[in-house]
Amino acid sequence: MTGSQPLPEAGPEAPTLVVEHLDVTYKVRGQDRPVVRDVSFTVGRRESYGLVGESGSGKSTVALALTRYLARNGRVSGGSIGINGLNPLAMSREDLRLLRARTVSMVYQEPGRALNPSIRAGRQIAEVFEIAGLGKESSLDRAVDMLRRVQIADPGRVMDRYPHELSGGMAQRVVIAMALAAEPSLLILDEPTTALDATVEAEILDLVAGLREQMSTSVLFISHNLAVVAKMCDRVGVLYAGELIEEGPAEKVFSASRHPYTVGLLRCIPRRGQRKDSGRLDAIPGFLPQPGQVMTGCVFAERCSLVVDECRQQPPPGFDVGLDHTARCYRHADVPEMPGTPPQDRPPGPSGLLDSPEGATPDPIVKIRSLDKTFGSGESAVKALTNVNIEVMRGETLGLVGESGSGKTTLARTLLGLTEPDPGSVITLDETPLTPGLRGRPLDQLKSLQIVFQNPDSALNRRRTVRWLISQPLKRLAGLTGGRLNERLTDLVRSVRMENRHLSLRPGQLSGGLKQRVAIARAFGGGPRLVVCDEPTSALDVSVQAAILNLLADLQAKEQVTYLFISHDLGVVRYLSDRIAVLYLGRVLELGPAEQVFGGPHHPYTEALLSAVPSLDGLDQQTPAARSPDGRPEITLRTERIKLTGEIPSAANPPSGCVFHTRCPRRLSTGVCETTEPPLAEVEPGHQISCHIPIDQLRVLQGSAAPKG
Amino acid sequence: MSELTATPSAAPGEVAVAHAFAAPPAQWRLLLRKPTFGIGAGILLFWLVCAVFGRLIAPFDPLAQQLLAKNGAPSGAHLFGTDDLGRDVLARVIVGARDILLIAPVATLLGAVLGAMLGLAMGYFGGVVDTVLGRIVEAVLALPVVIVAFLFIVAVGPSSITLILVVGFIFTPLIARTVRTAVLVERQQDYLASARLLGERPAFIMFAEILPNVLPVIVVEFTVRLGYAIFAVATLSFLGFGVQQPTPDWGGDIATNYGLLGAGYWWETLFPALAIASLVMALNLVTDSIEQVISS
Repeated sequence: MTGSQPLPEAGPEAPTLVVEHLDVTYKVRGQDRPVVRDVSFTVGRRESYGLVGESGSGKSTVALALTRYLARNGRVSGGSIGINGLNPLAMSREDLRLLRARTVSMVYQEPGRALNPSIRAGRQIAEVFEIAGLGKESSLDRAVDMLRRVQIADPGRVMDRYPHELSGGMAQRVVIAMALAAEPSLLILDEPTTALDATVEAEILDLVAGLREQMSTSVLFISHNLAVVAKMCDRVGVLYAGELIEEGPAEKVFSASRHPYTVGLLRCIPRRGQRKDSGRLDAIPGFLPQPGQVMTGCVFAERCSLVVDECRQQPPPGFDVGLDHTARCYRHADVPEMPGTPPQDRPPGPSGLLDSPEGATPDPIVKIRSLDKTFGSGESAVKALTNVNIEVMRGETLGLVGESGSGKTTLARTLLGLTEPDPGSVITLDETPLTPGLRGRPLDQLKSLQIVFQNPDSALNRRRTVRWLISQPLKRLAGLTGGRLNERLTDLVRSVRMENRHLSLRPGQLSGGLKQRVAIARAFGGGPRLVVCDEPTSALDVSVQAAILNLLADLQAKEQVTYLFISHDLGVVRYLSDRIAVLYLGRVLELGPAEQVFGGPHHPYTEALLSAVPSLDGLDQQTPAARSPDGRPEITLRTERIKLTGEIPSAANPPSGCVFHTRCPRRLSTGVCETTEPPLAEVEPGHQISCHIPIDQLRVLQGSAAPKG
Repeated sequence: MSELTATPSAAPGEVAVAHAFAAPPAQWRLLLRKPTFGIGAGILLFWLVCAVFGRLIAPFDPLAQQLLAKNGAPSGAHLFGTDDLGRDVLARVIVGARDILLIAPVATLLGAVLGAMLGLAMGYFGGVVDTVLGRIVEAVLALPVVIVAFLFIVAVGPSSITLILVVGFIFTPLIARTVRTAVLVERQQDYLASARLLGERPAFIMFAEILPNVLPVIVVEFTVRLGYAIFAVATLSFLGFGVQQPTPDWGGDIATNYGLLGAGYWWETLFPALAIASLVMALNLVTDSIEQVISS
């Protein structure tokens, strides 16, 4: 409808949202704690504004304050909010209800929780129209239209489904349809894709971007993911500890950042081509401050490498650092030349795959042969793993990637013995077959295989102290007692960069990063040979993630351990892994050296995964001249992007032939994909792909004669 | 910030806001600040003092009969009046706290310990163990409590020990079921897998890893059951299977005197009944506050 409108900034209309000097406090145990301080920003008509920040930065609090949805103990203690010129803070109950019903819509992270589980999806959308005054029948008709607009292929069927019958991506579409049904002036998206898989995330983001062009809605996009915000937003505000520390046009903030925190955040994300052997990641030292902590001076001073005395005494005002671009930093002029962590080489290990000369035969530590795993039996049997054959080489990192439900975690748990594989499967550790479960597994094998779980809150017993938690593996697996136990404990604590004073604390008293360090110390306590890292950084903030990845890489170099590294974050996998296995519906579709798997030619599924992930790569080279005509940064809109449509099929009823054929953009017209499952065949030395398309043709299709990155 | 950081030297933000579980002192402060807890604990304390020092506090010997002053209405000399043997009702109410406050907690403790062990085993092992024990628990729960208690007491003979065993065994399956549910939640947590990967034995995992995490559930269950135990003991005494006359006992005294209600001697029944009610109410107030603090 309004696709050809001029630039939002140039539009003659008043802005949709004006936030000025907003302060929000929460009352905790009788004390007021400021969680948002002096935040000001403006979202113009049809503009998309991104709020980025790590956990506790106050980004969701800002969103809740806008529509007065703050928790009981929270209140706006200063500043003003204007939505279409109206002030929600001074509204009567009825006006507020109308504002929430008509003017502002919100979409949250968990689509499952935003929908009423006992009402069919269609009814829930129709309700929005009924509130707007339409009759029952026409509301239902409009609901079907709405579902079509959010690109649901079969709206009729989705209308009749209950929320639990919808997949995550489908449910989020329904939520977006509901949010847009009232044609709001302002749409608030709070981490709308964080709970979704990469390929689904890409679809939802495309959908939102497409809808923005059709509708006259302004968007406030809240996310911790810089790449997503860079892709989706015209303007960006970076929040840290409740303060907006940098604000400006998206391409300026990301390519010419003028605040040390923004620069630090951008630097600690592994870039394409950056690998563990090429040096450490830049991590921001220290930890995020507690929400509500009272700080004098600059909120970032504690962790800033450019800090001067002035920063600690007086909070910096917003400095103009360009057109519409402000940064709250006294040293904003020096930020572009901000020193990173000096490039340090990892201590070279005495042996290991990384340093092994070309041509030396790698030596497998673990061999997995025709591994199958079926959950349940009879009608309800679900095949989680089908004929998996993988060798894990000594000292390497094998990355395991795939969407949720692909069997990554089941594979790891089966290897560890937490889940018993189907009879006939063979897993050997140094040529010795492993017992199928943990029962009766000899101490030596227990010691050899350990894991770092995704969520340290769940992996650490919350009632035990750090000392107890780290001592347990030393006692059980290493058989240490008394003085030698204490000695090793101190060593271990130091090697995960923690301090002795942490020993008496319980997990609940530690930050997320420290908790994960305790979990890593536990995994390394018994002197393991292979450690499974199951999404070890996905529950952590970006600035903490880099430090944990550095630690893992350092420990690997020092202890000569092998990693089986599971992650959905391809950037992280690429940074750490020597080889990659791509899983889909319990089958290995591709297996090979990291640079070949990422560089291509690769399996069409790998290709789709790679192109689904928004990334910040290429941003530094961005010059103003390279911008697209409409002024939006062309950061991630790669032309080669291939789209996956549809949902991941159910593992209980996998497609015939090649399991990927239902979503494959390169499916062959001969029909062979639908009928025959392609074998996992070696296409280059050490590189296996399970696809009917010959490698040379893939190479041409994917235009990747020369490996990228 | 200092009260939130466990170590004064910690860098800001390093030590996250102490979780209520991790810092018992903070929990105690929250508990003490609740008025309901204060009232409940006050009444409870009063009855505990009565139970321990009853004979010293009581204005009369609870067993001393004054046949000339029988069925005397409450007066300056006998605040709660006298019963049909002329015994002082106030003295009997005060001293009557002793047996019930001994039997009920010990019985509940027995039920909680047995129930916790059973629940841990059912929840942790699952499968056949859970099915078999679960059926037995259900079978026990299906039996009418009073009849089982009757038969047992008639067979063994009434005594404090019998009462404790009966009430304890009756509570065991109830507590086991609650604990089992809590254990099932814990079983989803990765720390159990982590312990198994260290080669820990089931007993260790159950008692050293899971038990501390389900302890709050057991504590709440204990206090809830304690209220029921008071009822159960008073009921059994009322029916003549508990504390035997002439020992002062609330349930027993109600049983001896309720026949006289028709004659207008209400005080002989009302005051022991009020004693039971106040004790149970006090327990419920304390239980509610503990539950709120634990779940917050």
